[in-house]
Amino acid sequence: MTTLDLTPAPGAAPFPRMVFAQACAEVRATLRNGEQLALTLVLPVLLLVGFSMMPLIDVGASRVDFLSPGVLALAVMSTAFTGQAIATGFERRYGVLKRLGATPLSRAGLMLAKTAAVVAVEAVQAVVIVAVGLALGWRPQGSFLSAALLIVVGTAAFSGLGLLMAGTLRAEATLAAANLVYLVLLGAGGVVFPLSKFPEGMRPVLEILPISALTGGLRSVLAQGAALPLVPLTVLAAWAVLSLGLVSRTFRWE
Amino acid sequence: MDSPAVEIIDLVKRYGGTTAVDGLTLRAERGAVTAVLGPNGAGKTSTVEICEGFREADAGTVRVLGLTPALPELRSRVGVMLQAGGVPPAMRCAEWLRLVSRFYARPLDAGALLARLGLTEHVRTPYRRLSGGQQQRLSLAAAVVGRPELVFLDEPTAGLDPQARHACWELVGELRGAGVSVVLTTHHMDEAERLADHVAIIDRGRVVAEGSPASLTGAERQLRFRARPGLALDELLNALPAGSAAKESPAGHYIIEGLVGPELLGTVTAWCASEGVTADDLRIERRTLEDVFLELTGRELR
Repeated sequence: MTTLDLTPAPGAAPFPRMVFAQACAEVRATLRNGEQLALTLVLPVLLLVGFSMMPLIDVGASRVDFLSPGVLALAVMSTAFTGQAIATGFERRYGVLKRLGATPLSRAGLMLAKTAAVVAVEAVQAVVIVAVGLALGWRPQGSFLSAALLIVVGTAAFSGLGLLMAGTLRAEATLAAANLVYLVLLGAGGVVFPLSKFPEGMRPVLEILPISALTGGLRSVLAQGAALPLVPLTVLAAWAVLSLGLVSRTFRWE
Repeated sequence: MDSPAVEIIDLVKRYGGTTAVDGLTLRAERGAVTAVLGPNGAGKTSTVEICEGFREADAGTVRVLGLTPALPELRSRVGVMLQAGGVPPAMRCAEWLRLVSRFYARPLDAGALLARLGLTEHVRTPYRRLSGGQQQRLSLAAAVVGRPELVFLDEPTAGLDPQARHACWELVGELRGAGVSVVLTTHHMDEAERLADHVAIIDRGRVVAEGSPASLTGAERQLRFRARPGLALDELLNALPAGSAAKESPAGHYIIEGLVGPELLGTVTAWCASEGVTADDLRIERRTLEDVFLELTGRELR
């Protein structure tokens, strides 16, 4: 039988190492989960390919130029909001958040690891979507930094909304609600169908949705070459501050 | 280093209208195994989870290694085994233990620990496909992988088969040998008798008796039997040798203490015959913690 040196030798690992270990575990869990992968990668690519190739929507200019920024925004929402809400909701239900709370990984460390994992998965999504877009003839313009900034603030806003659900609702309710919200925002947020197709009276409401701000912002940078679209950026920042503020007050770890 | 591993004074915990812990006082010494023994719902898990920093006490004082339970510093010094769950269902067995080990500065080797607990064949098995006993062993491994000074084990052997239970007992024994303080909850009296230096029997949120297993059960042998309640023990006592004691606790359970030998046994059975009573479950033995609990509370432990 193996001998183990059980003599106490307590001590926490360095903070970056803990966060890195947890982030890697979260990325592996996402990539291993088939449903999650369908949502984060397969569906956005199918939408991009399908709507680019088929004349189902009338957007005036090149369809792929219109669709690629929208699909990028959709990918951000699927990972930061839907995927994260469902995964965290079930972690809470299975006592994983509680158990991790008994390790030296602090709650701040856990949240940082989750954020890092979301960003890593988004990077994979972006590479795939951009490659497919380019192959379909997409010619992006504008500043890469502006687009990246929109994605970062958008990620914060969607993460806040996802964690708000995961930290308050039952896991099953989070699963249902996160998917429902995803579908509604996919339809009503200018991802595939331009907001200009909606009735005039609905537009002001639709435009303040986080998904519309992200699609609109990315589109004005990548399709129209705008420098830094301040209105969408402000809308996203407001969602981020509001949702993350509520998360810090309401999130239940058990 | 002078502070005890755990010190709890007058702890109270309420959930809505129910009082789960009701003025509980308990001290767990360093380097010792302390068992918190009691039936389900006695307040064991609430007490332990307050020590682990998961819950807030409503009243009373709790010190863990001399510190307030919620202090972040304790997270690296204290190992925790929850009663159930705590692992993502899709996570593989070894993957989870390696992840937890990476949170500590000088962890045990995850592979060696899994081998020690008989989980080598299951290193690639997702948590949800492990049997209940295997899940328990993985949780036990995660509690000790960081080489803590103190571990809390909440019902560590619930649902384990006999072999796995022995593996767990052996590990607890080794932890004690290595100077680790262990606080475990159980409703198996044999587990407490076998493992613990100190046993606290709790019922309805209070400690009803505590001490070493030997001091709780007493070294004396006893004669016990069951019969209809309300027998007149005074007559029996007159017939017994001086210094004997006889009591009924709870109703229908009779305990005779004294010089338990052939003479005492003969006297008791003769007396039963004269009373027209058939003594059931007649046995001579040392008291078990189960007996102690029954005498104190009038209820079975399980």
